[in-house]
Amino acid sequence: MTLLKVENLEVRYGDLIGVADVSLDVAEGSVVALLGSNGAGKTTTLNAIAGVIPASGGSISFAGGRLDGQPAYAIVRRGIALSPEGWRLFVSQSVESNLLLGATPLADQSRAKPLLERIYEIFPRLAERRRQLAGTMSGGERQMLAVGRALMSDPKLLMLDEPSLGLAPATVEGMYETLARLHREGLTILLAEQSVELALEVSERAYVLQVGRTVMEGASQDLADDPEVQRVYLGTG
Amino acid sequence: MISATLVQVIVGGLLLGAVYALFSSGLTLIWGMMNVVNFAHGDFVMVAMYTAFMLWSLLGLGPEASVPVAALVLATIGILSYFLLVRHIMRGPMIAQILGTFGLALLLRYTVFGVAGANFLSLPDHLLGGVYEVFGIRLQASRLVAGVVALLVTAGLHLLLTRTTLGSRMLAVSEDATAAQLMGIRPDRMQAAAWGIAAGATGIAGALIATFFYISPTVGETLAIIAFVTVALGGFGSVPGALVAGLLIGLIESLSAYWIGAVWKDVVVYVLFVAVLWFRPQGLMGKS
Repeated sequence: MTLLKVENLEVRYGDLIGVADVSLDVAEGSVVALLGSNGAGKTTTLNAIAGVIPASGGSISFAGGRLDGQPAYAIVRRGIALSPEGWRLFVSQSVESNLLLGATPLADQSRAKPLLERIYEIFPRLAERRRQLAGTMSGGERQMLAVGRALMSDPKLLMLDEPSLGLAPATVEGMYETLARLHREGLTILLAEQSVELALEVSERAYVLQVGRTVMEGASQDLADDPEVQRVYLGTG
Repeated sequence: MISATLVQVIVGGLLLGAVYALFSSGLTLIWGMMNVVNFAHGDFVMVAMYTAFMLWSLLGLGPEASVPVAALVLATIGILSYFLLVRHIMRGPMIAQILGTFGLALLLRYTVFGVAGANFLSLPDHLLGGVYEVFGIRLQASRLVAGVVALLVTAGLHLLLTRTTLGSRMLAVSEDATAAQLMGIRPDRMQAAAWGIAAGATGIAGALIATFFYISPTVGETLAIIAFVTVALGGFGSVPGALVAGLLIGLIESLSAYWIGAVWKDVVVYVLFVAVLWFRPQGLMGKS
């Protein structure tokens, strides 16, 4: 069943076009990768779905209802959490405050406590650092906190913008193991990635963006096995 | 041996300083939260002072009623100012914020001028039971109550910001409004809350100051200068900074009036102010 459906999305920044024509489907319980080089429109697409920037054309629907035109604070309450580019943590607040802020969209605030325990179980490192200011943490820990904070709203769909950017390979591997675990537990994940290999490994389906358009889509396995795809669209191999 | 008079001067200075700290907290909170300088801040204090005066002259009520009423009246004015004015001018250039809040200041000042007239007013001394003598120190009851209440409210404001969910959400909006929205937080509501809380605290300060200070439509100008100096000295955006700076300014005013002469107290305060900013432009407790 389709959880998220984006059709002919267009986003303009004044005269500039951030996304010209992007369409994608995310099935419930799946992991979908959004691939493409820097500037292809991955971040803009995720931001438009999350409501951070308004779409100027096309439509976004989620679990049967329209999302486009709604503000970000309303969209997260519907069950879409975004771990944004650059993490955007609240650096002057503690790790635990950051996580609890992530629980704001919950209609039933008594669920915040068990969710917090669950995040600490997934990322024991965050439990150790719960009183520490977010701004004093390492890159890997910040990435964990950003994902943990997004999970605190108990989303139906988790969107991750470049979860591997700027991190050490060992840290990235740990993060992808965590994503695989969340997927096994039934979470739907949409991730934007520049490191194609990892993204194709963890995802079932992938979309390739180029200058703001969806130029290719397919099963991740097929894309991974096609050397032409790698060479032409992804600039590798 | 420190003389009893000196102790009395020090205690008096600290009590006055606590009130300075409270009425500067509102200014620093708005600055820290939203990067908006509220030039109507002094006039918020003035409106609270008139609220206290009216409650006494019309209903015979003292500070026990005027403090909570002024807090409510000012919180309402603060929230209305946010929705009707500040929210719109925040999208504009810095000059729009300066002129916008300055316009609000003039609106409040001349509305009060039209309603209450230009006469200097004051509340009677006996409202808060005259003078107490504690350990040989003579203290005016009004100043004692004002100082202690101001200290408690300032501490409460700090705890609200640092220890509560509301405080955490308000700080989140001030740090990164977009990220806060991704958490499901509505920035406009948090900013309105900040204006309500800041103006409410200012209302309490005004009602307290009214018990020992003259009341006139232009008193806000005089008080605003103290508030700006306190906030700049303590560091913009820092409530603990406003507390330390407020106490310091109260103490310095008091001591220099005692040692050098009352005429010189402002000179001493401003010279020290300039000296501190020379070495620490971010203020005593502000972030550089």
